[in-house]
Amino acid sequence: MKAYLTPILAILAKDLLLERRTKDILVSMLVFGLLVIVVFNFAIDPTPGMVAMVAPGILWVAITFGGVLGLNRSFGVEKERGNLRGLMLAPVGRDAIYFGKFLANFIFMLAVEAVIYPVFAVMFNFSLAIPGLIPVALLATAAIAAVGTVFSAMAVNTRSREVMLPILFLPVVVPVIIGAVSATGALIGSGDPEDLTRWIPFMAAFDAVFLVVCPVAFSFIIEE
Amino acid sequence: MCLAGGLTLRARYTSDDTFDHGDYAVSIRGLAKSFGRTPALRGIDLDVPAGRALSLLGPNGSGKTTLINILATLTKPDAGQVRVGGIALDKEGSRIRREIGVVTHDPLLYDDLTARENLRFTCRMFNLDRIDERVEHVTDLVGMSNRLDQRCGAMSHGMKKRFSIARSLLHDPSVLLMDEPDSGLDQEALGLLDALISDRSNARRTVIMTTHNLDRAIALGDRVAILSNGRVVYHEPASDVDEKSAREAYSRHTGGAR
Repeated sequence: MKAYLTPILAILAKDLLLERRTKDILVSMLVFGLLVIVVFNFAIDPTPGMVAMVAPGILWVAITFGGVLGLNRSFGVEKERGNLRGLMLAPVGRDAIYFGKFLANFIFMLAVEAVIYPVFAVMFNFSLAIPGLIPVALLATAAIAAVGTVFSAMAVNTRSREVMLPILFLPVVVPVIIGAVSATGALIGSGDPEDLTRWIPFMAAFDAVFLVVCPVAFSFIIEE
Repeated sequence: MCLAGGLTLRARYTSDDTFDHGDYAVSIRGLAKSFGRTPALRGIDLDVPAGRALSLLGPNGSGKTTLINILATLTKPDAGQVRVGGIALDKEGSRIRREIGVVTHDPLLYDDLTARENLRFTCRMFNLDRIDERVEHVTDLVGMSNRLDQRCGAMSHGMKKRFSIARSLLHDPSVLLMDEPDSGLDQEALGLLDALISDRSNARRTVIMTTHNLDRAIALGDRVAILSNGRVVYHEPASDVDEKSAREAYSRHTGGAR
């Protein structure tokens, strides 16, 4: 088990160290996410009824599209200097590379959400003291990172990867985004409370399935 | 990799992972690979005995890099069989990667990490023990100890190449695959590279090296092969080859002067 985890954690530690040096991913994701929230805050009439209705959607648009920017960079940094080949030369299964990159993407997205949620709560005037927001955020972010890691590896080999990634990735994660929006709406009081019991198990099942399927797909994608 | 006092830095694996060399360290039969409709390799047969060095020559586009990439498990062949240390390439790529060190055109180093951080990362990817010891040792071998804490992005191509060679030696591989390792190196680095390849203190190390330098190919290889149009068109012991005959053979088989 330790032998399996060591390269995964090595990739995670390497990505965190690279990000600490360059700040490429976090800054772009964060700025984009905050801009979405600010723009929508000015674009809509912030009456309580309107806010409760559209806020969950705005939040998850900011997180998902910000995430796309980070996911684009995730394999961009591996491709630019041929470093993906360096990873592939290690005596580990391709799934270990996948899980290392997935964990890094997951952590970057969570870090950005840790800033976006409070800003969002202030700007749209709702309470953050809702414990249910955390599992919804964790489940949806895991799904976005799981699917996004695979499509990032796929898109990086195309000529217009910045365009290809959202085109490939968003249709697959649409059910999760709908689930996250509905569950968040139920938690902040604008949606049907039954959405929670419907969408949280769905997102958990989505994570379970895609965290099995994606490493296998990733192995085929990075092989020529 | 032997250090002073007989300390060895062989990668530590469990007994059931013991690497069996068989008769040949590398054995290739009928290897073919195409990219779209363009054939890169058209039925390569090649054997490299354990502990020997093979120099691969050939014009651009002759298939040298494709061959190295296939041996390095980076590219899947369309047809043919490849065995490295007796292990079929298509069956146990992960096990083979433990035994091969690869130097590619790209240095495979992260520009925003220091050389030490890059090498330590590789050690962790290979699950190696005594990481600091290995890093110090391989950088000594390539004469770059004083640059270990410099970011790779601030290094010249030649310096990166040296660290790339160091990187390939970290796990003390029994098969070293080097794709034009001499490109971009200064005279001092070339001397270190030559010493590394011709070092027979590690009797089990097999080297397959591509180069455009005919003199180096003859001087460092136990055998010299020429690839042209995806085929091995010439394969002779280096002891039977002198520079003139090699030049003639190269011109004859590749259709170009050298």
